[in-house]
Amino acid sequence: MQPTYEMAEKQKALFIRGSGDREQDMEEEVADTAVPNIMEAAFHLEQAGVGLSAEESFRIYLALKQLVEQQPVHTCRFWGKILGLRRSYLVAEVEFREGEEEGEEEEGEELLEGAEALEPPGGEEEGEEDEEKVADAVPKPQWKPPPAVPKEESRTGANKYLYFVCAEPGRQWARLPHVTPAQIVCARKIRKFFTGHLDAPVVSYPPFPGNEANYLRAQIARISAATHISPLGFYQFGEEEGDEEDEGGAGRDSFEENPDFEGIPVLELVDSLANWVHHAQHILPQGRCTWVNPLQKTDEEEELGEEEEKGDEGPEEVEQEVGPPLLTPLSEDAEIMNMAPWTTRLSCSLCPQYSVAVVRSNLWPGAYAFASGKKFENLYIGWGHKYSPDNFNPALPAPVQQEYASGPEITEMSDPTVEEEQALRAAQEQALAATEEEEEDEEEEEDEDLDD
Amino acid sequence: MDTESLMLSLELAAGSGQGLSPDRRAALLTSLLLVKRDYRYNRVLFWGRILGIVADYYIAQGLAEDQLAPRKTLYSLNCMEWSLLPPATEEMAAQVATVKGRFMGDPSHEYEQTEFQKMSSEGEKPFEEDVVVQVKEETRLVSVIDQIDKAVAIIPRGAFFKTPYGPVHVNRTFEGLPLSEAKKLSSYFHFREPVSLKNKTLLEKADLDPSLDFLDSLEYDIPKGSWSIQLERGNSLVVLRSLLWPGLTFFHTPRTRNHGYIYVGTGEKNMDLPFML
Repeated sequence: MQPTYEMAEKQKALFIRGSGDREQDMEEEVADTAVPNIMEAAFHLEQAGVGLSAEESFRIYLALKQLVEQQPVHTCRFWGKILGLRRSYLVAEVEFREGEEEGEEEEGEELLEGAEALEPPGGEEEGEEDEEKVADAVPKPQWKPPPAVPKEESRTGANKYLYFVCAEPGRQWARLPHVTPAQIVCARKIRKFFTGHLDAPVVSYPPFPGNEANYLRAQIARISAATHISPLGFYQFGEEEGDEEDEGGAGRDSFEENPDFEGIPVLELVDSLANWVHHAQHILPQGRCTWVNPLQKTDEEEELGEEEEKGDEGPEEVEQEVGPPLLTPLSEDAEIMNMAPWTTRLSCSLCPQYSVAVVRSNLWPGAYAFASGKKFENLYIGWGHKYSPDNFNPALPAPVQQEYASGPEITEMSDPTVEEEQALRAAQEQALAATEEEEEDEEEEEDEDLDD
Repeated sequence: MDTESLMLSLELAAGSGQGLSPDRRAALLTSLLLVKRDYRYNRVLFWGRILGIVADYYIAQGLAEDQLAPRKTLYSLNCMEWSLLPPATEEMAAQVATVKGRFMGDPSHEYEQTEFQKMSSEGEKPFEEDVVVQVKEETRLVSVIDQIDKAVAIIPRGAFFKTPYGPVHVNRTFEGLPLSEAKKLSSYFHFREPVSLKNKTLLEKADLDPSLDFLDSLEYDIPKGSWSIQLERGNSLVVLRSLLWPGLTFFHTPRTRNHGYIYVGTGEKNMDLPFML
């Protein structure tokens, strides 16, 4: 029974307040705290029949408080719970304070750059060796991998927030890495359950570039982009900065709270989906929120590019991908098989005056949003997969590549056998002997001629 | 879950995220009591909730004294007025097999399925015709509930016992599974007539207790790995979730009598399970 007591001890630690002057702590906490009022959101969601029990919500609140004390957090929110096979994940959506750069990200990038720096010297050494042994030069492959789409900067697009996960309130929070477009593109093609351990490999085809932590982050990004909604008017665009036309219609990607938001009556929220808007950016097919032309060469590549031939360019023009702009109403969402993508419900039909409007996503089962007066909240509790009316069709493996065409120059000829060699030698000796006899005959004839 | 311990059970099953709102809970406590009295059931279980597009179905089941006898299923749209559903038959299952997509939430809604039917008139060759068959949502509801029951309704070992005369009763001396047993799939049985029990070898049967081990255990479920066992709240609560019918949650507090299952979901089978494991 040890683990039970261990867990209880850890959770007891959550309940104990930190040391210090009690009065000062109380005032500081009441004044500014990054932890949201989870109990209120949980209460409203409970009216809709969604959410974890009240005690669990309180423990989650304490765990978030612990997270806020440990990390430089500016705002944080309980994003939801993703169920796994052996353990589940409690996910917190966090925004760091301005200027707090993520140290882990830099380490990761340095490792990558170090690995890349090692490769070119290796290539140069091989080049020198090849020049020496020209006869044995191995043909270099001409295939170049398609240029990788660069991942989005922190605090923009799909990486707008940082996510922390933990298995149970009381355990240590683990940070999830930022998501790359390649991971999102691959996550769209696979469908796997989460095991509950962040370092578990994701075995799939097409092979997922990362482990379960990356897959989890990619699914969280997709769910956030698709299901984070708010009542119309809660958020508004800030003042315009720059020309929209110059950016190629990329649209605005920032919004702020509307201080004059009056709240929409609950009945109107339930009746029409146009009263709700998405406040998370849509992820383009490329895997990012803002489109980037992958063929645009960076400065380093341009220097090398001048030396190479430019015959490969030209036919590879990529079209700009455009998605719905920010703050689009839900009524514009695509239908799934003649079914509305969202279901709205009044939480209690018996007392409509005190009810809460609840919206449930049919595309991502488990995504809920509620709104009541000026408050709203989004929550996701589920397995982390998209709903598809058709069965899952895994991607087929690539077709078998063509082999090198077999011709006479590479066909192996069989060596002559011993009998053939002897026969050949015998024939050659006979030919020699024949020519010698002819010469002797000629000499005899010449001698005879001379004699005469 | 048993209506007598509804509040506690709902709280224990809340880890899956879906539950009931307070007004529904209040309605259930009153109405299920009346159902028990009116229909004279021995036990009434709140089976769960099937989420539809327009409305949700709340399902309850009534059991007679013999726990393994066919259960009566009732549904309601508002947790107050319950209607009895007809028992499931194989023709219903065949009809419903082609219907895909979410439940609408309206019991009289009809799904239109086009089927190929071979019609042969006298003396002529049989030809195929597209016949539009209409399947009522009520039929689909009955069939889906039956499938879920047969596939994933579970009870812990020892909760029921079988008398020598045949009927199965609730075991009043059940004290709950010990923690070591609670983590194993073999301690949980399907709550339906046993199917594969007779295929066991004599050696295996020798170890079984005929009064307790008379049902199929979860160990031999296909596909393997279709159950997710988790210990929540620091090992004080065992939660089994089915991956074949996502939405079914079974909970049990080890060493206590609390156990039960609830289904809250869309009522669709997860056919992609082998790809997802």
